[in-house]
Amino acid sequence: MFEPLQYEFFLRGLLAATLVGGLCGLIGTYIVLRKMAYIGHGLSHAIFGGAVVSYVLSINFFIGASAWGFLSALIITFMTRRKEIAADAAIGIVTTASFAMGLAIISRYKTFTRSFDAALFGNILGVSGQDLIAIIIVSAVSITTIILGYKLLLFTTFDREVAQLYGVPTGWIDAGFSLILAATIVVSLQVLGVTLIASAIVIPPIVARLLTNSFMKMLFLSSVIGSLCGLCGIYLSFYIDVSSGATIVLLSTALFAIVLGYTSIRNKGRIRNISKFSDL
Amino acid sequence: MLHPTPHEHNPNNPVIEIKALSCGYGDKPVLSNVTLDIYQGDFVGLLGPSGSGKTTLLRAILGSANIYSGEILIERVPISAKRPRIGYVPQIETIDWNFPVTVEEVVLMGRTMDNIIFPWYSAADKEIAYEILHRLGILSLRKRHILELSGGQQQRVFLARALVSNPSLLLLDEPTTGVDIKTRDEVMHLLHDLNHQGITILLTTHEINAVAAHLPTVVCMNNTIIAKGSPVDVFTPENFLQTYNTELLVIQHQGMTLVAESPHLDKDSIVNNEGQIS
Repeated sequence: MFEPLQYEFFLRGLLAATLVGGLCGLIGTYIVLRKMAYIGHGLSHAIFGGAVVSYVLSINFFIGASAWGFLSALIITFMTRRKEIAADAAIGIVTTASFAMGLAIISRYKTFTRSFDAALFGNILGVSGQDLIAIIIVSAVSITTIILGYKLLLFTTFDREVAQLYGVPTGWIDAGFSLILAATIVVSLQVLGVTLIASAIVIPPIVARLLTNSFMKMLFLSSVIGSLCGLCGIYLSFYIDVSSGATIVLLSTALFAIVLGYTSIRNKGRIRNISKFSDL
Repeated sequence: MLHPTPHEHNPNNPVIEIKALSCGYGDKPVLSNVTLDIYQGDFVGLLGPSGSGKTTLLRAILGSANIYSGEILIERVPISAKRPRIGYVPQIETIDWNFPVTVEEVVLMGRTMDNIIFPWYSAADKEIAYEILHRLGILSLRKRHILELSGGQQQRVFLARALVSNPSLLLLDEPTTGVDIKTRDEVMHLLHDLNHQGITILLTTHEINAVAAHLPTVVCMNNTIIAKGSPVDVFTPENFLQTYNTELLVIQHQGMTLVAESPHLDKDSIVNNEGQIS
């Protein structure tokens, strides 16, 4: 069990996957409750476009891609304020356009030498010290922001319109959250890749939601589930020799199926008990 | 059901003063030239067809509609100068009932802006919330998820959230829409009690007989104010024609002014039912 821990690259990957899993679970709670589950998938594609543009313009990947993702998230939020445009449509338009821009630049510059495989499919074993520092910084900032803005974020997520009427600065909350989301996706790309990131944002909160009716417990459970799936997924991928991103996703999907089955049986029992009493 | 009862109307102390207000959303006007005064202790129902601007009027009072001309004063202070302390209960249909929140968490949201420095609700916030929950008879349900409550209890939760900031004015957007008769009676009695405890109430409703007829004051509107007064004075075929663009029958029944809401109702059948038709 401790054998892989002797490798430095594995330790880095293990720490990165655990932190990214927990971070995605934390941020994902708000995403799922805002009914914008598709945004993780979409933004990761949008950020791919930003990554390519950053490379072409020789800008630091983390700064360029985060700025690009933040801008995309802001445009999506702005578009969804118009009642005529549903959130999924706005996400579809903005993120595919951004992804297409990345592809267009790659095909235009035929001399492109950099491989974007890691960004597309994740490469946990290639996590560098710089990547790990970026993950730690984004995790620390995100957790601090969510703790400090807990009340405001809860009210805005539950009932945005009334929160605004009560004086909650919902515009600033949305902007701040978009920034954290974009940064989370950028630092998660190396671990999970564009194609798998959505599951890390959606599955842990959904599993947590099935287990609790309390917002705070859901936040906590979702983060723990995300971290555990990251940790166990990396370990498992080492032993079964399967891609780390895919292993993490499949592990969390299996957990979702088990919890869904368990809660379905539990809820049936509850409904039976309720109907038994209501007959009295 | 309630009957119009005396309330502590204080004509010297206006809580809401709306002066020649025209407002809407973006550049789309909804209300034009609205002038309306609501006094301390009033219990007022806004009546009008869908799209007549009832909700927009509430939002204008809350400061979230675009005001093109005129002004709104709350307790003699323009809303543009200071955000008023108003309790607001949204339409129950707008609530996400599957959201993972307990009764206590929802009620405490009403205290969010009272202390934004601390990320958590203070012991004092919780004490106030518990006091309101106790007053509304749902303290024992505070740890329950909002979906585990009856319709009346759910409405009480959102009333509690509105009351927890200790407002002197309560605005409710269709508080009885989509609820059963028992819940409707429960909600109206609760509002009646709150009004008698000194809270000024302004609500919107589509229910003329079941809700508006039992209020001390009603306002008929259709993008502007058509009539304001007691149901006896306001419920006239002329006012309803202007409000709903359709003819409605007005009946006096056991001291109550009621309206036959079906425009195809046979007048003779109502006369035989010991009523008088105006």
